[in-house]
Amino acid sequence: MSEIVGKIVRISGPVIEADNMRGSKMYDVVRVGDENLIGEIIRLNEDIATVQVYEDTNGLKPGEKVISTLEPLSVELGPGLITNIYDGIQRPLPAINKQTGDFIARGVEAHALDRKKKWHFKPTAKPKDKVQGCDAIGEVQESTIILHKIIVPPDIQGTLLSIEKEGDYTVEDDIAVVATDKGDVKLRMLQRWPVRKARPVAEKYDPSLALITGQRVIDTFFPIAKGGTAAIPGGFGTGKTVILHQLAKWSDAQIIVYVGCGERGNEMTDVLREFPELEDPITHEPLMNRTVLIANTSNMPVAARDASVYTGITIAEYYRDMGYDVALMADSTSRWAEAMREISGRLEEMPGEEGYPAYLASRLAEFYERAGRVKLLGSKNKEGSVSVMGAVSPPGGDFSEPVSQNTLRIVKVFWALDADLADKRHFPSINWLKSYSLYLEEVSDWWEKTVGKDWLKLRNRAMALLQKESELQEIVKLVGPDALPPRERGLLESARMIRENYLQQSAFHEVDTYCPGKKQYEMLRLMLKFSDKIQEAVEKNVHIDDIISIKSRETLARTGTVPNEEFEKRFKSLEQEMENEFNSLIKERVK
Amino acid sequence: MKRKDIEYTTVSEVAGPLMIVEGVKDVAYNEVVKIRTSYGEERTGQVLEAFENKAVVQVFEGTRGLDTKNTSARFIGETMKLGVSKDMVGRVFDGTGNPLDNAPPIIPEERRDVNGDPINPCAREYPREFIQTGISTIDGLNTLVRGQKLPIFSGSGLPHNELAAQIARQAKVLGKEEKFAVVFCAMGITSEEANLFIKDFENTGALERTVMFLNLADDPTIERIILPRMALTCAEYLAFDLNMHVLVILTDMTNYAESLREIAAAREEVPGRRGYPGYMYTDLAMNYERAGRIKGKKGSITQIPMLTMPDDDITHPIPDLTGYITEGQIVLERGLHKKSIYPPIAVLPCLSRLMDRGIGKDKTREDHAGVSNQLYAAYAEGCDLRDLVAIVGEDALSDRDRKFLQFADEFEKRFVSQGNHEDRSIEQTLTIAWELLSGLPVSELKKIDETYIKKYLPPVKEEK
Ligand SMILES: Nc1ncnc2c1ncn2[C@@H]1O[C@H](COP(=O)(O)OP(=O)(O)OP(=O)(O)O)[C@@H](O)[C@H]1O
Ligand SMILES: [Mg+2]
Repeated sequence: MSEIVGKIVRISGPVIEADNMRGSKMYDVVRVGDENLIGEIIRLNEDIATVQVYEDTNGLKPGEKVISTLEPLSVELGPGLITNIYDGIQRPLPAINKQTGDFIARGVEAHALDRKKKWHFKPTAKPKDKVQGCDAIGEVQESTIILHKIIVPPDIQGTLLSIEKEGDYTVEDDIAVVATDKGDVKLRMLQRWPVRKARPVAEKYDPSLALITGQRVIDTFFPIAKGGTAAIPGGFGTGKTVILHQLAKWSDAQIIVYVGCGERGNEMTDVLREFPELEDPITHEPLMNRTVLIANTSNMPVAARDASVYTGITIAEYYRDMGYDVALMADSTSRWAEAMREISGRLEEMPGEEGYPAYLASRLAEFYERAGRVKLLGSKNKEGSVSVMGAVSPPGGDFSEPVSQNTLRIVKVFWALDADLADKRHFPSINWLKSYSLYLEEVSDWWEKTVGKDWLKLRNRAMALLQKESELQEIVKLVGPDALPPRERGLLESARMIRENYLQQSAFHEVDTYCPGKKQYEMLRLMLKFSDKIQEAVEKNVHIDDIISIKSRETLARTGTVPNEEFEKRFKSLEQEMENEFNSLIKERVK
Repeated sequence: MKRKDIEYTTVSEVAGPLMIVEGVKDVAYNEVVKIRTSYGEERTGQVLEAFENKAVVQVFEGTRGLDTKNTSARFIGETMKLGVSKDMVGRVFDGTGNPLDNAPPIIPEERRDVNGDPINPCAREYPREFIQTGISTIDGLNTLVRGQKLPIFSGSGLPHNELAAQIARQAKVLGKEEKFAVVFCAMGITSEEANLFIKDFENTGALERTVMFLNLADDPTIERIILPRMALTCAEYLAFDLNMHVLVILTDMTNYAESLREIAAAREEVPGRRGYPGYMYTDLAMNYERAGRIKGKKGSITQIPMLTMPDDDITHPIPDLTGYITEGQIVLERGLHKKSIYPPIAVLPCLSRLMDRGIGKDKTREDHAGVSNQLYAAYAEGCDLRDLVAIVGEDALSDRDRKFLQFADEFEKRFVSQGNHEDRSIEQTLTIAWELLSGLPVSELKKIDETYIKKYLPPVKEEK
């Protein structure tokens, strides 16, 4: 194949035009200028290719060369991804740090996967085995918790001719040969996949298992399923990043891919600092050992923001193809959309709503469509899942804008963040009246089987109570709380208990940060029992002021911070105390 | 003849802040252009768009007096650079980096691209050293830490300059002797406003630790685009090469954003929200993200950008995009100002995202987080009740509610309000907080750990 070498004829920010590029294909990667900056072809018009450049274009000149690699933008897949942190086009930031120091310089080259490191490979297949895409032929202990399955690339099928024996190999060493229709293919632990193309699956299932996140308002009220999709829109400072960090820390997925897309540098540093020290509640291993980070911060080149979400989702799919449950967090998808807008503007495309390109909706849909619980390719009928949670940053906190609206049309869970709640330091500031989850029915099965038979009933009662509260609040606004009958005032007190002490959950409290399913259920049960007792007491003419001064009310309010090892015992005595206190209130009254 | 000596007299178009030069060769994107008007005045510009034989140039000092006949342009072969040196400290520069004081030009140790490079997230050190500003609403509720970017959202006529000067005057890290060096970057503010800072720096002796970059209200507007980049390039040099702790004050970012809009309009770009360019988020981030700490480096950059919210509207793109980038915000409110409360900080919409890691035992005090959360919750409830009372009257409230109402008033009077020269220690701030909280029923203090309540809550006052 003859090389295609063009030359730059125009530079406008991150977009350049190059002449003499005939023969290149859309989305081919090109090397731009004397510094070999990385770019991608995003438009072709006769000899002219328009290229978005993934690095800073300062100082670039018309006339400098542009070389097409004739390959689409791809990621490297294999052992070594876990615990690593990459930029938007999968350059490893720790390696770049070593090469160019504290600041990221241009034109640096670094392999995503270390070429020298040896991994201990154990074959799990033998010659003559029939293999197809996603069949595992071996495994590598990638981190203390992740067993990396070495899988056959999706597009390969045939008979295993040979496979290396157990031993230490680099990702580039040949480890097996497969005889296929098109001849013999050598396999290495390293494989590549174009980021803009979803990795194929055998079949898509409906998500049905709950992804347990340890966050009460999410798990109990607006749950997400494994393989599901969720959006978190909210104005600045309403808590999107904290929630995504919480989900990355505590959700019971096996692999986490966290994509920082156009957000703050310090937030990535925070993850890098904290995750190695936090312990996974299930495996008791450092959380970092199941995490891959993609960081394309707001001050890094804008075009690479677009690449970062695709890089992230492709890595997620790869681990899914090993049979894992993967969860991907993208913070923030709005910055990605803005990158599309900026590039589209430079291309002078016809702008759609608020200047976003007309293809905004379809790009978002394609991205979220790569989530799902699936039957994998391969002969073993295995399952895997990718759950996707995306933050949305609407201008002015107004959800009527195009990115929020187009996202809500696709995702199944909507966690609506509320600036008023955040201002009052009600966190997570998920508005319980506006949010929804379409997975409620599906996941209640798990809760009822493993946690409590009446889980859904309790959940729905609590929700109804909160609804009722908001109606009563409207009346209170007109007549004041004193004018309400005791029964209604009792309801307000019950709802306040749930609102302030169940929905609110501090991400920074060492215990409250993660609330196990069983504890969530018990807390809710006790709070609803409290509500019942109040009604019983007011019925017997106990004064509401006497009720709110009982000791167990305060204890109940602090249940979130009761250590997870002790809660069953302590909740029992709390329940007893509560019953006693109410009984004596009623007794006194009747006397 | 060297390429950088060629003088092109082929200006084909002048429009707004832009100028188009034809027939050029080898011009680089973002290259600096030296322009000479027909009457010999020199100006500086920068290439915004480079073609094979044409360049679109933005002119920093404005295009007035440029023509398409005699104006000449020379492309100097490099992008915008600032000569940096330790001798910059104590000096004043204009929008193009030339000295404004009457002292001789500095001899640069190094010349640096003003756009800087992004800090590698792996190289960052997470900021967590508490800076005591002596202002209760900041120290107690929205703690500032070294390396943070914490803007002040203000409105025209509100005392944000006084507040910023007070912060610069009082800021210290407990137990450390080093003082902050200040990089002061003025974009389009009046000379009166600039003088307020200069006098204050003079009085406190801070002037000799200060570098000033000034572009005042009557200076060319397009220069404002380059000014914070120069100030931050200087700050990076002081912090990461000379190990200083630098406090950068950028004022007023609203004027900066207006200049961005002016360029975008001249280029007839598809506008984003309210006419501001779609890339404003990225552009602002390129400046704001140049704050922080770096592993293994002693120095730090703490940024306090200030902006005036047009129409006091926090959803306006300038505060909105800023809030999406910075690590919190301090919001001033006209209502409090009218009640003569200084500083008029509207506590509820304020935030410091780096607070949680900068406070607590051994940093400020063990009870700090709980107290802060409790003050927030109680004040928010008090404010809600104020709205309610306005409709139904105070009589309709329960005893409990009345206490919260009273709390909110006291909170504004005693906690928020303080003197312009009052420098409260964190202990003092927390003491006031506990006194205020003692007016609420103990059973309502659910955000604070019980052991701290026992330890710090002053004995209940007897009701008269
Ligand atoms: N669950 C929580 N518990 C305690 N504090 C919280 C919680 N969620 C959010 N906060 C507080 O709110 C602040 C802002 O949250 P966060 O940074 O997640 O906002 P954001 O929505 O991501 O904002 P932006 O869009 O600007 O990035 C945090 O720094 C923290 O102080
Ligand atoms: Mg965020």
